Amino acid sequence: MPEQVNINLPEGSIEKQTTRLNLGPTHPATHGVFQNILEMDGERIVKAESTVGYIHRAFEKLAERRPLYQITTLTDRLNYCSAPLNNMGWHMTCEKLLGVKTPKRVDYLRVIIMELARISDHLICNSIVGVDTGAYTGFLYVMQYRELVYEIYEEVCGSRLTTNMGRIGGFERNFSDTAFRKLEKFLEEFPGVWKEFENLFTRNRIFIERTQGTGAISAERALNYSFTGPNLRAAGIDYDVRVHAPYSSYEDFDFIIPVGTTGDNYDRFMVRNEEIWQSLSIIRQAYQKVQDFKGTEADVYHADAPAYYLPEKADVYTKMEALIYHFKIVMGETEIPSGEVYHAVEGGNGELGFYLISDGGRAPFRLHFRRPCFIYYQAYSEIVKDTMLSDAIVTLSSLNLIAGEMDA
Amino acid sequence: MSTHYDTIREILSRQFGDRILAWEFPYGMLSFTIQPEFNLKALTLLYDDPDLGFQFLTDITGVHYPEREGQELAVVYHLHNLAKNVRIRMKIYVPVAKPDVYTATGLFSGANWMERETYDFFGINFIGHPDLRRVLNVDEMDYFPLRKEFPLEDQTRIDKDDEMFGR
Repeated sequence: MPEQVNINLPEGSIEKQTTRLNLGPTHPATHGVFQNILEMDGERIVKAESTVGYIHRAFEKLAERRPLYQITTLTDRLNYCSAPLNNMGWHMTCEKLLGVKTPKRVDYLRVIIMELARISDHLICNSIVGVDTGAYTGFLYVMQYRELVYEIYEEVCGSRLTTNMGRIGGFERNFSDTAFRKLEKFLEEFPGVWKEFENLFTRNRIFIERTQGTGAISAERALNYSFTGPNLRAAGIDYDVRVHAPYSSYEDFDFIIPVGTTGDNYDRFMVRNEEIWQSLSIIRQAYQKVQDFKGTEADVYHADAPAYYLPEKADVYTKMEALIYHFKIVMGETEIPSGEVYHAVEGGNGELGFYLISDGGRAPFRLHFRRPCFIYYQAYSEIVKDTMLSDAIVTLSSLNLIAGEMDA
Repeated sequence: MSTHYDTIREILSRQFGDRILAWEFPYGMLSFTIQPEFNLKALTLLYDDPDLGFQFLTDITGVHYPEREGQELAVVYHLHNLAKNVRIRMKIYVPVAKPDVYTATGLFSGANWMERETYDFFGINFIGHPDLRRVLNVDEMDYFPLRKEFPLEDQTRIDKDDEMFGR
């Protein structure tokens, strides 16, 4: 039984009882399939219980029968707002296990794609916070610019949402001129729009009243709950995998990690905002570095790993070796060296980890995804306890809960 | 291995001696295996000792090794010292017949759902866990699906062949 709140009322009176409210699993405000069973005292939440698993698809089990390339499509469907980030993270995990060293140009191209994915992820999250506080305009306005990001994905890999982008060792093809033109267009048009979006919110009286001081979590509690990503940084802890364990040559870039102080909805919003500016700066640096490659180096888009990197189609028809590798890779008959590797990337929501155990077979013996969403969602019932229902909605969206990532 | 890893090894070895069954260093992460009864003691030491300071729990998961007699199930902890930026992996092996392990929820609130997930998929019984229920699968499920005795369908099976439509 939830605690009794209004002690002045006589025992058994109707005002003294709490109401049970199901928030989700298909409520539009949850932005995903998960349920919260709330015990309400009027508008106040007395107790919240979170239920997840509505779109559990057993990825870890499926992965135990799949060759490495077929697992990339599973990672797409974790955090589908930033699918390329998951793809790259998975490929880097494989490279770590297989000992494949990627050329610098591949690293920089990956950085461009990963930061674009981060922008599109944060963009969705922040504009949804706007929607939940009553500002639909911003959401519709910036959605147009996510489209530009998706067009870049489309140009690079052919798909938009679940991208299945890249290969072990690099990309499936070199970036076309059109891709770079589209990137330039994005870099030119997006900052002004994002500035407008910021102006709409950051000093907006209504928005500040709705977000400041609501949904707060202290740094100690956030750490204890294993928070990562923007949600941890909003509480004031500067942990970022890109800096703590640089992958894909992130050590070559100059950027800052924004941190908040209070860990409330407003700080989470502001941290994500600033991360978008930082991502833009990283993309510009990476694009500059990509342009600096001259001669044959300027055409490098994959590592020299013939046993794992799918060969060019022209070579498959003309070269025996390429044909054999093509067959082995496509049929999933490449043996993976045995080993045990943990690799983490800074996903849209935090540390996205891949724990891969191989016993020397063709598929992983065990693959575990460390999904940041799943881990920090358990703090939700603690955060929303004794707050108002409408604040709980904003908290839900500012934590950026992605059901696909939560349930795996 | 750097000196910091040596310090970690020394402190843990001094405390637990031969209860630590193995040290490994696969792909740049210090890993050790400890007797299952000492998992919570080891976690507490890793948390409390000022020279260790592993106060961030990255992950808990399970692994099933059906061929290892008497230690079929593994529980793997990934810990992180954020201040010194060192990661460590701790493993314990328990028999599938009696998969009892002490919970880490007293140290880490975040361990709650991670352990529920591990219970959900491997049936590891975390002693002292405040709310050990299934988290992703349905409550009515009466088996632990990530154990190896539940194979996915064999892609080469022929008994389902259909002349008209294939498989």
